[in-house]
Amino acid sequence: MGKRVGMEVSIAAAEAVKQANVDVISAYPITPQTHVVEHLSELVANGELDAEFFCVESEHSALSVCVGSEATGARSFTCTSSQGLALMSEITYIASALRLPIVMIIANRALSAPISIWNDHSDVMSIRDCGWIQFFAENGQDVYDHVFIAYRLAEDRNVLLPAIINMDGFTLSHVIEPIEFIEQEKIDRFLPPYQPVHRLHPDRPVSMGGIALPPIFTETKKAHEVALQGSMPKILETWKAFGDMTGRYYQPVETYKAEDAETIMVIMGSFGETASAAVDLMREEGRSVGLAKIRLWRPFPFEAFKQATLHAKQLVVIDRAISIGGPGGPVASEVKAALYGEPIRPVVYNFVAGLGGRDVSPSDFIKMVDKAEIEIEEGNREGYEIYGVRE
Amino acid sequence: MTKPDSEWKWKELPEGTVMLEPGNADQYRTGDWKTLKPVLNKELCIHCGLCYIFCPDSSYNLDAEGYFIVNLFYCKGCGICAKECPTGAITMVVEEEEK
Repeated sequence: MGKRVGMEVSIAAAEAVKQANVDVISAYPITPQTHVVEHLSELVANGELDAEFFCVESEHSALSVCVGSEATGARSFTCTSSQGLALMSEITYIASALRLPIVMIIANRALSAPISIWNDHSDVMSIRDCGWIQFFAENGQDVYDHVFIAYRLAEDRNVLLPAIINMDGFTLSHVIEPIEFIEQEKIDRFLPPYQPVHRLHPDRPVSMGGIALPPIFTETKKAHEVALQGSMPKILETWKAFGDMTGRYYQPVETYKAEDAETIMVIMGSFGETASAAVDLMREEGRSVGLAKIRLWRPFPFEAFKQATLHAKQLVVIDRAISIGGPGGPVASEVKAALYGEPIRPVVYNFVAGLGGRDVSPSDFIKMVDKAEIEIEEGNREGYEIYGVRE
Repeated sequence: MTKPDSEWKWKELPEGTVMLEPGNADQYRTGDWKTLKPVLNKELCIHCGLCYIFCPDSSYNLDAEGYFIVNLFYCKGCGICAKECPTGAITMVVEEEEK
């Protein structure tokens, strides 16, 4: 068993990137991502990590550098937040369509305006359809572990897609947690050097990023869609291999006391631990409440989600982003789409909570479950509201 | 690409739609964009090469007899060659439907 160390999650994430033996780091600083790349910069400057660190002039360039370096076969890393991700968004679509297995951590933060440096999921939801594999971390250990999982998976010849690890800004990035470190030799066995299928090399020239005319563009999108959907078995296989190495087994949808629950809360990210505490409090009162945590956002785990939730009477989906003018939060939208084909399905009640860093405590989760159960009892089957907003 | 775009199936595309054969753009027929094509009157041609220099698609090539001849596979029919020709040796004419 590896060493257990109390460490700020951002620093642990940077240490994981070092242990993953990356060749290139390219980043532009933005709160709350800064500690990750500051620490990586130190590791490179001190000679503890043999990598190129590119201090670029924008996030657009940060990911563009990674596209170039990854295209030559160099294992590349970047990290951003909020406005930085928005500026980078153009390149996110290019990195995935070129099938370049870059790994990016996003320290999730609200998008302006008004300016907020604090957490919600609006940044990553703006690039929901960018064609990357997308994980949500519940705690610091998840972030650390998923750096290795993401690289091994992304670089698999049957996958070849970039991967995002979502880490809630401040709520995770800036807290000190116990992290169990994995011995380097184990990581080296788990994560062999990257062997690209196609790369930019003078001995065997290829062209990347060409134009596709209307007769072939649709075929390229189909190939990308099949690659992302088809990565699911590899994701499960990679988590299994990681679990066999560390004892920490991950699932696309993880549940807590949900097996027999009539009401299941559905969340993503660091809401998980707080909502688990709320489940315990409600269970003590004899209430039939459980929790489903979506760890894998893309490809969306439709089957696993249905398996975890179909038996419930109602789902209380708590989104950390708002889809203004849409049918509710983005997670609730997906959940409703996942269940639509089922003849008997739970009622979905949707809250948007925790925007721009507002705390959501166990008692808030209990209040949301209370409200949803009453509303559904009274026949409201289309419930959607922003939680805790002052009238 | 070794075959026309319209014949590729999605499963056949290399990962990332990487082009494994460099320089395949020369297989792209831009010639079918045009409605007018340049026609050369060799009796007026003074072999100055201005058509060759000005052609934005590098569609003119020197032949063995010293004439600059347009390659209609690439020529988009812009008419710059006809405009620049100092002796009026090039005229733009409506391209007939290919039989």
